[in-house]
Amino acid sequence: MPQNEHIELAQKRYGKRLDHDERKRKKQAREVHKRSAYAQKALGLKGKMFAKKRHQEKATMKKTIAMHEERDNKHKAQDGAPQNAVPAYLLEREQVDRAKVLSNTIKQKRKEKAGKWEVPLPQVRPITEDEMFKVMKSGKRMKKSWKRMITKVTFVGQGFTRKPPKYERFIRPTGLRMTKAHVTHPELKATFCLDIIGVKKNPNGQMYSQLGVVTKGTILEVNVSELGLVTPGGKVVWGKYAQVTNNPENDGCINAVLLV
Amino acid sequence: MTEPPQKMARREQAGKAKEEEAPTDASIIIQFQSATGETTGPQLDIPHTVTPQQLETLLNGLLANEDKLPYSFYIEEEELLGELGAHLAAGGLSVEKALTITYQPQAVFRVRPVARCTASMPGHSESVLTVQFSPCGTMLASGAGDTTVRLWDLNTQLPKTECKGHKNWVLVVAWSPDAKYLASGDMNGSILLWEPASGKQLGACSGHSKWITSLSWQPAHRPGALPSSRFASGSKDNTVKVWDAATRRCVLSMSNHSALVTAVLWGGEGLIYSASRDCSISAWDEADGKLVRVFKGHGHWVNTLALSSGFALRTGAFDHTGKAPADIEAARAKAVERYAEATQGKPERLVSGSDDFTLCLYEPSVGKTPIARMTGHVQLINQVVFSPDGRFILSASFDKSVKLWDGARGTFLATLRGHVGPVYQVAWSADSRLFASGSKDSTIKVWDARTRKLKVDLPGHADEVFTVDWSPDGGSVASGGKDRVLKLWRH
Repeated sequence: MPQNEHIELAQKRYGKRLDHDERKRKKQAREVHKRSAYAQKALGLKGKMFAKKRHQEKATMKKTIAMHEERDNKHKAQDGAPQNAVPAYLLEREQVDRAKVLSNTIKQKRKEKAGKWEVPLPQVRPITEDEMFKVMKSGKRMKKSWKRMITKVTFVGQGFTRKPPKYERFIRPTGLRMTKAHVTHPELKATFCLDIIGVKKNPNGQMYSQLGVVTKGTILEVNVSELGLVTPGGKVVWGKYAQVTNNPENDGCINAVLLV
Repeated sequence: MTEPPQKMARREQAGKAKEEEAPTDASIIIQFQSATGETTGPQLDIPHTVTPQQLETLLNGLLANEDKLPYSFYIEEEELLGELGAHLAAGGLSVEKALTITYQPQAVFRVRPVARCTASMPGHSESVLTVQFSPCGTMLASGAGDTTVRLWDLNTQLPKTECKGHKNWVLVVAWSPDAKYLASGDMNGSILLWEPASGKQLGACSGHSKWITSLSWQPAHRPGALPSSRFASGSKDNTVKVWDAATRRCVLSMSNHSALVTAVLWGGEGLIYSASRDCSISAWDEADGKLVRVFKGHGHWVNTLALSSGFALRTGAFDHTGKAPADIEAARAKAVERYAEATQGKPERLVSGSDDFTLCLYEPSVGKTPIARMTGHVQLINQVVFSPDGRFILSASFDKSVKLWDGARGTFLATLRGHVGPVYQVAWSADSRLFASGSKDSTIKVWDARTRKLKVDLPGHADEVFTVDWSPDGGSVASGGKDRVLKLWRH
């Protein structure tokens, strides 16, 4: 590897060899054979790395050739019109592509009966008690340690009143209480900020479900009246389940995906 | 401590006597006044306890009507619904001076509210984009995204003919006022003419370079209009073209708009109105295509237009019985008579709905400033319709509500809420008492115009309802939408 520009400098000063261009051309022609010989001989890690790089090169080369050939390709005439017909008054208006209204309530009722859901996050990391709770000392001499403070986000609901502080075993700090969730519709890819109605199930245990702890993988019930969904029977859908997809205590907000 | 029985009995009797003494002979002096302001008959002295039905009998006698016509009565813009005495007490009106009661004739026939889906007619393989009953009410045509126009048989509620010919989505269908032609416009800009009885294609009108947004036939009462031959089309290429259906040639081409033409209406006074996304409405002369007037009032796209005589223009010589007139002369005479009845000698009114959330009411042949600007909606207005008698205006908007306005002055009357998605289309029944609205939330709702309340809720569609139409004989409602099924609703 030349370390400086002395080759270029010499070429500028004295010019190139007379047969320089021909030698260059022939050397480049031999490169192909040399590369092929190297590819066949190289073994072990070197061989693998070379093969991977070569594969990528071949793929991009194929794509560029196909693109150039498009010009001469013949295409079948478009039979019929494009999909998703809209009437004249909706043309050139940005409309969210709605997923068809299916019998969502019936499906959800069936799932509830079975007690199982097909959820986007089937497995979540189990959370231990010492991660979930922080021991709070109480008593005159601060020796009693039966109180616990929940270190994760909780949902308490509107009519929530604490138990008398003297008898309260689980403390839910107000700073970690949240009422809204950012819910994404999986097909529309649109996110809405919707109110939480309740915590349905926390995968870490039914004690946490009862306490209202919201961690990753928790199933919440959210208020979807904003979305304007209607069942085929004409009733308006106002509550749906959603599963939390982030760690709310780290982000400060609850992100969830709607279970349709 | 209860009272002795004799005292209780005495008290009861005294109470009864007091009731009997209440005055039953209180009377008011009234003067009937027609909707146009002329007084009818002499001043009359009538008791407090008179009801609207009795007033109706009285009025029919005064006007010497052969058949008893139904009327509705208004005192100072408030409709009289119960006893006269109770109405006055509630309204706090004085009984000292002569009371002016304004009467308005109602439609003689009554349309029954549609309550059930009698047929779900599948057939289209893509969303149904537009549905229209013929002016006589006996035929139904629908255009869909699968490029076909279908004619449906209303008696058996099955598909009759499938009209193939378009190469792209069929966006608009329009019947000629004598029901001899069916015109349909598509996404490529071509207009095809069909014969409704057989479903045969009669010809193609090509000239527009982009999609057709709206079609409108020449009304039947105009001289030389019957048999129907001329219609106007508006398109995305910013032009309005007038075509002759017999020769399929473009007779006039009007281009003054700088953005696409959203709606075209052939008026009854010799003007063609076109609304456009360049926020203006133009009025063109129908004979030579010259620009007569430009109405600038809106701040954003004008989406829709409606005329007060719209129902009469659409139905031509047919009335609610659906009987075909004997020959062309009889048809022309009937059409002229119906048009005169719809306008009652006053100039036509034009209402426009826009993306700037307001409506504008104009008298286009009189002047270019709007009579009224109707505000109140919080989202864009998709469709405005006049009631068949021209008394009310309805506006359907994307803010999930439908608003009712007075048709003569443009004052706000009521908001009708019930839908949970944007309301796309609205259709009046032929007697102006009921209307149906279809929305994105897949339901159709039938409302009463007098009580301004929801009458019937018609769920059933599986997806958005794009189009609703009420037949001119009032018997059925047809609706179609994204779920590709056409539904017929009857009483």
